[in-house]
Amino acid sequence: MSEVRVLVGTRKGAFVLTSDGKRDKWDVSGPHFAGWEIYHLKGSPVDPNRLYASQSTGWFGQLMQRSNDGGKTWEPVGNKFVYDGVPGTHQWYDGTPHPWEFKRVWHLEPSLRDADTIYAGVEDAALFRSTDAGQTWQELSGLRGHGSGPHWQPGAGGMCLHTILLDPSNASRIFIAISAAGAFRSDDAGVTWQPINRGLRSQQIPDPNAEVGHCVHRIAMHRSRPSVLFMQKHWDVMRSDNGGDSWQEVSGDLPSDFGFVIDVHAHEPETIYVVPIKSDSEHFPPEGKLRVYRSRTGGNEWEPLTKGLPQSDCYVNVLRDAMAVDSLDQCGVYFGTTGGQVYASANAGDSWAPIVRDLPAVLSVEVQTLQ
Amino acid sequence: MIRVELPAHLRILAHVTGEVRLDVEGQATQRSVLDALEARYPMLRGTLRDHVTQQRRPFVRFFACAEDLSHESPDAPLPEAVASGAEPLLIVGAIAGG
Repeated sequence: MSEVRVLVGTRKGAFVLTSDGKRDKWDVSGPHFAGWEIYHLKGSPVDPNRLYASQSTGWFGQLMQRSNDGGKTWEPVGNKFVYDGVPGTHQWYDGTPHPWEFKRVWHLEPSLRDADTIYAGVEDAALFRSTDAGQTWQELSGLRGHGSGPHWQPGAGGMCLHTILLDPSNASRIFIAISAAGAFRSDDAGVTWQPINRGLRSQQIPDPNAEVGHCVHRIAMHRSRPSVLFMQKHWDVMRSDNGGDSWQEVSGDLPSDFGFVIDVHAHEPETIYVVPIKSDSEHFPPEGKLRVYRSRTGGNEWEPLTKGLPQSDCYVNVLRDAMAVDSLDQCGVYFGTTGGQVYASANAGDSWAPIVRDLPAVLSVEVQTLQ
Repeated sequence: MIRVELPAHLRILAHVTGEVRLDVEGQATQRSVLDALEARYPMLRGTLRDHVTQQRRPFVRFFACAEDLSHESPDAPLPEAVASGAEPLLIVGAIAGG
């Protein structure tokens, strides 16, 4: 019998939600690490009971936690993130040089091949890797050192490396995204990097077509077609059919092309999901209606998915790491809100129901499909 | 023997209840006490002071004998009452956040 485990990071702890394959009755475990911000937790595809979590507060800094039993018990592992060499500077909000300072881990991406290898995207933006199950961390400093690093600037939420995509067909290829620098790709397992932002247009920056400086919010791929990428940018939903070498806009008929999350159906590589948000200053759904939009054509043509979602007076946000899909035959889609709801659809988005309604603000949602 | 009182979140992290009692070699200073604390409880490394600079985290404060020692040199001797174990060194998370 299949089981689904939903890993939820919130402003005040982590929660683990479990259900059988029907996904209509859920057990809620938590809060784990009560009172701490859990930006992200994620399981290893190699060993699903191996979970990693990023735990932090403004008081006591960054901790990393590891579980070997699917989240029942946890142990702290290494939390020393030191930039390689002399960190140098990036640009501050006012354009002046600002020293690189580690603040927190935003995103964790366990290796597709080794349960003890995991990548961490951090603020101030850098990529770290551990090959000893999180005990020690080393920066892949070719990213910051490739040349444009001194010109990167933080987005409103900080200068965070928030997306890490590992190519299932090519162990040497890694995609990452940074707010507000843009997207980058490595074809040598993280040693060297190149910006992949051609085709992005950002009217808010001095050169709308600049090589770096774009506020990418999220990138997603389908594992069967890793050179096709989908992006939710600050404004604009984009797609690339050549591993990021060029991008084209596919916002189409969305009510707003601002948003944070984007994800791909587990079995249909051209079916993608976004949650439109009104604007960068009004971080809530247009018209107070919480709508997931689905495109079955890889973008441009979108349909609102509303059944079971609040269609009046709803002013929550859905943050960039807070949507995921399961891989059951009938693909499940999940997302969490800043209002503390975690919604699930067991039918690819046709209808929705809340798993929980009153958690702390949700920062991240990940799903494990367990056989 | 030095007595140290940790904030609640760090007691949970270190799996301790109540005060921590430490044997500190040499003079009792903030640095020597924190070194001994982190040696006994490695999971606390990085939570009270920066891994690299060893500077106190901004929202962590040190009190003892009704005095705020947060801005003292990490190598300054702690009050005799702390060094003798008569009084605890209080490690406090600053009240912040509204």
